[in-house]
Order: sequence, then structure tokens, then C-alpha cells
Amino acid sequence: MIAEIGHYALVLALGLALVQMIVPAWGARTGDAGLMSVAGSTALAQFAFTGTAFAALAWCHLASDFSVANVYENSHSAKPFLYKLTGIWGNHEGSMLLWVLILALFGALVALFSANLPMRLRAHVLAVQGAIAAAFDLFILLTSNPFARLSPAPYEGRDLNPVLQDIGLAVHPPLLYLGYVGFSISFCFAMAALIEGRIDAAWARWVRPWALAAWMFLTLGIAMGSYWAYYELGWGGFWFWDPVENASLMPWLAGTALLHSAVVMEKREALKIWTILLAILAFSLSLIGTFLVRSGVLTSVHTFANDPARGVFILMILVAFIGGAFALYAWRAPALKAGGLFAPISREGALVLNNLFLTAACATVFVGTLYPLALEALTGDKISVGAPFFNATFAPLMVPLLAAIPFGPLLAWKRGDLYAAAQRLLAAFGLALLAVATVFAVEQGGPVLAPFGIGLAVFVMAGAASDIVERAGLLRLPFPTALARAAGLPRSAWGTALAHFGVGVTLLGIVGNTQWSAERIVALKPGETVSLRQYDLTFEGAVPRAGPNYRELAARLTVRRKGEVIGVLEPSKRTFPVRGATTTEAALMTRGASQLYASVGDSEADGSVMLRLYHKPLVLLIWLGALVMVAGGLLSLSDRRLRVGAPKPARARAAAQPAE
Amino acid sequence: MTRKQRRLAVIAAALGVLGLATGLVLGALRDSIVFFNSPTDIVEKEVPPGARIRVGGLVRPGSVQRSEGMQIRFEVTDGNAALPVVYRGLLPDLFREGQGVVAEGALDAGGVFRADTVLAKHDETYMPKEVADALKKQGHWKNDSGSKGAAAEPQGVVR
Repeated sequence: MIAEIGHYALVLALGLALVQMIVPAWGARTGDAGLMSVAGSTALAQFAFTGTAFAALAWCHLASDFSVANVYENSHSAKPFLYKLTGIWGNHEGSMLLWVLILALFGALVALFSANLPMRLRAHVLAVQGAIAAAFDLFILLTSNPFARLSPAPYEGRDLNPVLQDIGLAVHPPLLYLGYVGFSISFCFAMAALIEGRIDAAWARWVRPWALAAWMFLTLGIAMGSYWAYYELGWGGFWFWDPVENASLMPWLAGTALLHSAVVMEKREALKIWTILLAILAFSLSLIGTFLVRSGVLTSVHTFANDPARGVFILMILVAFIGGAFALYAWRAPALKAGGLFAPISREGALVLNNLFLTAACATVFVGTLYPLALEALTGDKISVGAPFFNATFAPLMVPLLAAIPFGPLLAWKRGDLYAAAQRLLAAFGLALLAVATVFAVEQGGPVLAPFGIGLAVFVMAGAASDIVERAGLLRLPFPTALARAAGLPRSAWGTALAHFGVGVTLLGIVGNTQWSAERIVALKPGETVSLRQYDLTFEGAVPRAGPNYRELAARLTVRRKGEVIGVLEPSKRTFPVRGATTTEAALMTRGASQLYASVGDSEADGSVMLRLYHKPLVLLIWLGALVMVAGGLLSLSDRRLRVGAPKPARARAAAQPAE
Repeated sequence: MTRKQRRLAVIAAALGVLGLATGLVLGALRDSIVFFNSPTDIVEKEVPPGARIRVGGLVRPGSVQRSEGMQIRFEVTDGNAALPVVYRGLLPDLFREGQGVVAEGALDAGGVFRADTVLAKHDETYMPKEVADALKKQGHWKNDSGSKGAAAEPQGVVR
């Protein structure tokens, strides 16, 4: 009964989405305020019904109702509560339902917080949002119904894929989807602007908080996914250049570019058409990401079996929305009034450079991800494009971008002075040189790239700090005055500095991890010791244990440093009898920002166990840097300019009238 | 600077970055892509030793040998030809005899494939797509997943 209620609620949500798509747009055409105001209430109702459908599926999963096929396929009565909950979206149907739930949530949020938006713009934004929701509701109902019943009902479920039975599944997909789907809002705003043929600085002010929020969620989602892959897959890598990972990186790159170009548009009314294009691109790439993951067209180490028929449906949605958006763009964008010009050396110029490098990097990732697909379709040759390709293309494009980061905020709008900016960065540059020299001295013949990588990271971090120091006048003015000035700086300035600082932190982690990691693969008998850098690891023996729905064999390793015991590592191999599957559970020991990493392989007849051991210097900084970036975003989001900068509703409506 | 010069500066920068990206992509596509082959392909195409390739097929039952120094030897077969593979390191969780596998590495002078990466499927109902295609080509594909009921159902990982 509950499942049928959920199914019915989803059908109603589809109906409401169709109403939300058609009625407000019609109202905007005819200038009928009553019809336009339908948008808000349908968006809220659509969220309520999608929420009901999701709650129904959640109930079926939590109650282990195996008569529902989706629960039977992905659950087991002995599965721990947390995984019963996360198992809702640990499968195709459920994850698509989560996708539309988040889409409906964003629609409802726009409806709630858009009181100060011009009425026509609001109607158009929500109408486009309704169209996307309708397409995906239809996709779920026609090809991936999560509420399908089985008859007769099985007694027991087939359990969730063991790789997914992890806390990572609770956090990573919802965050990632909040990011992916969050970009639908800026997409809808872009579509609305194109439909109305009118765009101004206020538009950028409305879009920026939504884009920033989506970007923050996407950053967190990617970082969480990277950490999850790092400890769960047992290879000790943080990024595999896997198509599915690239699928999330591409919207992130486009979204980062969008954030920066929206600043230019808000402050200087320039780059309007470009910003619209980026808003379309960011969400289009999110849709492509969904398509790549959901259709299984690309072989990926993360891909599980998928149904190609669904791929065709998503491809159709893709073609309709992306094609439609670009057609509209080609038709209407030339009619938009272009913004003012600016000197190449200026804040705007720096942001354009940022955009160029980000979009070029995004394009290389796009080529690397889709080239195998295109080649196979054209010639039948099967190739894989892996880390070497991306290291040779993505990294060289990132280096100049990173080196340019500290300059941007120090250049003035309209016409900047590169020489003055460089002078202000002298201290940061000195620190970077010092870092390079120190690393060279300490390393003595280590990887050559490491000192320069660390130097670049220090330059980015110190450059971000110099921006704040410079603005507050910390070195020029008396200390209390400077402190007062620092406190009085707009929060967005602090946010920018913090986010850029976070980029440096992540880079530090990446350099440390890729250049200085030590790896050992050994077979140890109980009592034997192996040394890795300054640590000695003694294998005490293998301990069999039983979990709620698995058995595991844990290898107990005592870690000593200079003869002193500093802890125990217990990597294990888990066997899940229901699926007959095994997973590797890595063990981690954190020492400062570095980690010791152990994963266990097969055990031999003579009692020895294969172990893969890593020392990963600075690895935690990779994800810590992402958190710092998000903190910077949060600070910017709380800037009062973003909240009260938009015109008051009465004025906006008055201003909107003559345009009709 | 006149308007025209400013516009030219932006266009020049855009073309510069675009050119750089294109150059990098073309260079990398020439050097760092890896072709996928079945054991039959390797025999027929006479793949030169040292060229980086991927090989996919089934692990031939009874062929897995472990020796000192954690070296593992096994044969990858597509039912027609078999290729000896040597790998040093930890095998993936689902590496088993008779199961699909993809190995990346290069042939040595003696015709043995030295793999530095071995990928196996992550799910017991899933066969790597390249392997399935290679087996179909050799006529050895049998869809035995029916024995597991609705085994062909998707197990999407949400990433």
C-alpha cells in the first residue's frame, strides 16, 4: 500500500511539474499575474508530492518490504539501519528519485525566496524548473520505477552491494546531487533571461547565491567521494581520472568559472553573454554526468551493470535540454545588450583569464572522457584514456591558473596596475622561494617537481593572505586601526581569500601525496616486521571476526616509531555471504596531515598475508583544502550584499512594468 | 588602448589558451592513450613488445600460479588464444579463475604480458564491457546471468 501511495504521489508530482511548466509561462506571455503566481504554489506542492514518494520508498526500505523489487534487489533484513537508509539511493531507481527530490527542493526554495524577483522572471525560472522536473519524473515512471512489486514476495533480499555499505554512501551522493541539481537554478535563470531577452547586474546578484551554494555542495561532494574512493577501494589513490569522477569534475570547473564571471557581471555589467553560456554549460555538464553514470556507456572502474534502454531516454532528455538551451542561446543572445569593455590588465581581465583556463581545462577533461566513446563508435577501436593523458593536459593548464590566482584580487577594476600588484606579492613570492629552497635542501635528490609544487602552493596561500593584509593595511597602519579595517572588510573579501587559500592547501596535499608517497607490497608471516619510512610495522596475526551481515579476516599490525608503539592498524577483507562478494577495508592511521595506509590481500596456505602499505605525506590536506574552499564560499554567501543588494519587491515590480 | 585593441587583446588571449589546450590534447592523445586488445587481437595484430596496451578476457581456470616475491602468473583467454600474464602486487577482490579481468601493461620480448594494473569487476553480476565484447566476437559469450534470477538488474553506484 505504501509503495502504491509513493507511486501515485510521483505521478501527481509529474502532473504538477507539467502545470508548473505551462501555466506560468503562458501567464508571462499574456501578462496575466494570476497565472504567473501559479508557479510558486505548484513548485511547493510538487516538492511535497515528490517528498511523499521518497518517504514511501524510504519506508519500504526501512521496513524491509521485500515485495518491492527495489528493496529486494538492494536490501537485506540483517543489514544495519544506516545502510537500510542509505540503500534508498544506493541503486539506480532510488538515486534518480533522490535526484528529482533535490530538484523539487531547489524549485521550492526558489519559490519561497524569490519575493523580490520581478514577477515575469520568477514565472519563467520556475517554468523551466518545472520542465526539467517533468522530464525526469517521466524518466523514472517510464523506465526506472522504484515502486515495482514482486509476486510472490521473496522472504529475503539480495543485500546492498558491499562496496556501498559505507558511511560514504550516506554523505557523498546527496551532496553531489545537491551540487549537480543546484546548477539547474542558474540554468533556469539563464533560460528565463534569454526568453525575456533582458539581463542586467541584478540578474547576476540573484543567480550568484544559488550558483555559489551549488558550487559548495559540489565541492564537498567531490571531496567526500574522493576520500571514500581513497579508503574503500584499497588502492590508496585520491583521484583516478575515472569517467564518473570526470563527470563530476566538469560541472565543477564550469561552475567555478561561472562564479567568477558572475562577479564581473554584477560589478561591471560586462561578460553578460559569456556568463549566460557558463550557466548553461554548468548544468549541461551536470546532465551529461548523470547520463554517463546512469547509462553505463563508458566502462569505468566504478560502473556497475546498467540498462542501455535507460541511457537512450536520458540521452533524449539531454538532447532536448542542452540542444534547446543552445538553440535559444544562439537565437536570443545576440539580442542581449553587450556590456562595457575593460583594459586587459584589470580585475575583469584577470577573471577572464581565470575563465579561459578553467573552460580550457574543462574541455580537455571532456575530450579525455568522451574520446574513447567517439573513437569506438567511429572505428571500433577500444582505447582507454587514463591518468597519463590528464596529467599531460590538465596539469599544465592548471599551473598558470594557480600562479595567477594571487594577482586577481590585487588588481583594480577597469584598469589595474600589474607592477603594483606584483610589488604587493613580493612577500608571498619570497615565501614561495624560501619554500622551494627549503624543500630542495631537505629532500636532497627527491622528485624535482616537488619543490616547485610546494613553492606554487605556498605562493597561492601567501598570496591569499597578502590580499587581506594589503586591504587591512596591516603593515602600513597602526595595528588597532588595521585590525578594525580587517574586521570591517566585506565578508566576500574574506571569503575570496579563504577559498583561494584552500586551493593552495589542496595543492600542497596533492604535491605531497603524489611526489612523496612511499609504497610497499609485502607478504608477511605472523611475527614478521617490515619498515616503511620511519615506521616499523609488525604483523601480529590474522583475526577472524563476524559483523552483522558479513564475516571478516582482519590483519593486526602493530606500528612502532623508534621502538615505541604508536598504534595498531587493522586492515581487513570482508566477505558478504548473501552476494558472495568480498570487499577490502583499508586501515588508516593519521599522523598530523599525513597518513599510514594499509590494505590486505590474499592469505597464503603458510599463514602469510599479502599487505599493501603506504605512507602518504600531507594527504589529508587534499580534502582539508576543499573544506577551506567551502568555508570561503559560506563566508561569501553570508555577505549582506548578496542578501539585501537586490532591489525591493515594490520597486522591482514597478521597474518591471514598463518593460512589458 | 582603443576599444579595438582591447577586444583584440581578449581574443588573442582566448586563442592562445585554446591553442595551448588543443596542442596539449593532441600531444597527449598521441602518447598516452592505451588500446584495448583481446588475446586473439594480440596474436593477429603482432603487437610490438613495450607498447602499452590493455588486455581483457577470462582468467583461464587452473592457470593461476603464485611464486616467491608475490609474483602471480595467470593466463587470460578469450576462448581462442591465451596470453600469459605476470603481475606483482595485490589482486582485486573479485579476481577469480574463470572470471573476467582487464590487465594493463606491456608485452616483454618473450611474449609474456607484464601487467602493472589488474582490474576485475566490482560486482558479481557484471562483466567488463570490453571483455564481454571480446568474448562475443569469439563466439564464446553465454549469458549465464539468468541463473541468478534478475541478475541483469542494475547495481548503480551513485557517483
